[in-house]
Amino acid sequence: MSDAPVLRMESVRKSFGGSVVLRDVDLEVAPHTVTALIGASGSGKSTLLRCANLLEEIDDGAIWLDDEEITDPRVDQDAVRRRIGVVFQAYNLFPHLTVLENITLAPRRVHGVPRAEAEARARELLERLGLGGKAGEYPDRLSGGQQQRAAIVRALAVRPRLLLLDEITAALDPELVGEVLTVVRGLKDEGMTMVLATHEMGFAREVADQVCFLEGGVVLERGTAEQVFGEPRQERTRRFLRRIVQAGRL
Amino acid sequence: MTVKEELTEGSGEHDGYVPSQRRLDRERYKRARARRATAIGALSTLVTGAVVYLVVVNAPGWPRTKETFFDWGYAREAFPKVLEGLWLNVRLLLVCGAAVLVLGMLIAVARTLRGPVFFPLRVLAAAYTDFFRGLPLIINLMIVVLGVPALRLQGVTVDPVVLGGTALTLTYSAYVAEVFRAGIESVHPSQRAAARSLGLGNRQALRYVVLPQAVRRQVPPLLNDLVSLQKDTGLVSIGGAVDAVRAADIIVGRSLNYTPYIVAGLVFVALTIPMTRFTDWVTARMDRRRAQGGTT
Ligand SMILES: Nc1ncnc2c1ncn2[C@@H]1O[C@H](COP(=O)(O)OP(=O)(O)O)[C@@H](O)[C@H]1O
Ligand SMILES: [Mg+2]
Repeated sequence: MSDAPVLRMESVRKSFGGSVVLRDVDLEVAPHTVTALIGASGSGKSTLLRCANLLEEIDDGAIWLDDEEITDPRVDQDAVRRRIGVVFQAYNLFPHLTVLENITLAPRRVHGVPRAEAEARARELLERLGLGGKAGEYPDRLSGGQQQRAAIVRALAVRPRLLLLDEITAALDPELVGEVLTVVRGLKDEGMTMVLATHEMGFAREVADQVCFLEGGVVLERGTAEQVFGEPRQERTRRFLRRIVQAGRL
Repeated sequence: MTVKEELTEGSGEHDGYVPSQRRLDRERYKRARARRATAIGALSTLVTGAVVYLVVVNAPGWPRTKETFFDWGYAREAFPKVLEGLWLNVRLLLVCGAAVLVLGMLIAVARTLRGPVFFPLRVLAAAYTDFFRGLPLIINLMIVVLGVPALRLQGVTVDPVVLGGTALTLTYSAYVAEVFRAGIESVHPSQRAAARSLGLGNRQALRYVVLPQAVRRQVPPLLNDLVSLQKDTGLVSIGGAVDAVRAADIIVGRSLNYTPYIVAGLVFVALTIPMTRFTDWVTARMDRRRAQGGTT
């Protein structure tokens, strides 16, 4: 699986009711790269990620994961999702399970990993993300930053091929954003392939190999971080970035 | 925490803190107010009790009522028999309670199944709950307990206990199914999405993520229904099963004195009190957790 893209989207279209949310979206994500999706709220970033994970069914186009067309109705969707990790803005940890149980649920129940092994790996990951002491806690006893890191561990525990991160710092207090971004930086260094929707432009500029600017469900501009942030070609990208700068986010 | 609690508990930091006069005054006022509230409560209880007593005792029919409903001798005679009968109610509660929880859960899950394949199942489950929630329990009991034996079907029991228990289970499963369904629907869709995104299948997401949260949230209403079931086990007596009510009935029929009913009634009340207290306790505990920001 040399340089074939991990994720490829071609002419993806998605609408809810009458409103078209994604139109003609193309995307290629090479292995061990980070793709940042930027764009105003409502531009379709979350929908794109949800389509990539088959949480939403696309209307037209196709999506491939490692050369397999996952939008083929004959594929086993659960099997596809097992290869993709997702971290949500609202963490979505399971409140009735401890942190450790949250993390080991999928490895044990889906992948059939023996309990001891699943727990050992979970503890190792927790340790690495600075949550060593929190294995036995319930999510509501954790700070937002800790919950989000636990959610990242949960997504990593199944050794995903691809990690989708949907505005994972948007619900956090400013002083907790750093600890979560540090984790993402670490994952990049380890070679994890990631697609992240974010409003943290400074961070996107720093970690992203590829930046896509979405507006109205269209990828209006794409390129390296240097290109998109440094010399945006589209007037609307420039306008968006100006607004962000004015808001003090870049 | 009051000054007294803080000092006797000794858990606070020993930082040389001296309570201010303001705090002492505030706490003295609160204590006085609490004492006054207790006094008023006690007085009004006494007055109410006295009024009720006087009204009842001075009612024209009281001497006769006292004789037929509150006869100590009949009470003593009835008590052991009623208690013996109560054992049947308890067993019915245990067996029916378990059956109701299982059946109710199955029906609730059937109602939440998506997809055209499950359409008939969904409709059946919905029709079931609609029907048995609307059908008065007493009519259900009469149809099952009296109607089924009348059919004289080969191999079908005519035991009033079994039939009565079946009728109870039919009705209460419908109630409990609705409780479970409300619980399932109260779990936010993002929880299911999170489970699915981890690769859990539909059934696994339901089993490991949705149902545990649904059940936890619905413990208070479930216990409520079980309390209700507990006393409704008394209705199996209409088929002739000798439970606590029927045991009282037998003595009443012989003596024409109604005291045994009072005894049976009090025994049921005594049986449900621990359960209702337990329900209250669980509910209060869960409310407290929710108030503290917990989710379940
Ligand atoms: N489940 C849904 N049903 C209807 N409309 C939706 C749904 N999800 C998203 N949308 C709409 O799609 C558009 C894009 O939403 P989203 O992908 O969440 O944008 P972003 O993540 O960039 O803020 C919005 O206009 C939103 O209202
Ligand atoms: Mg979004």
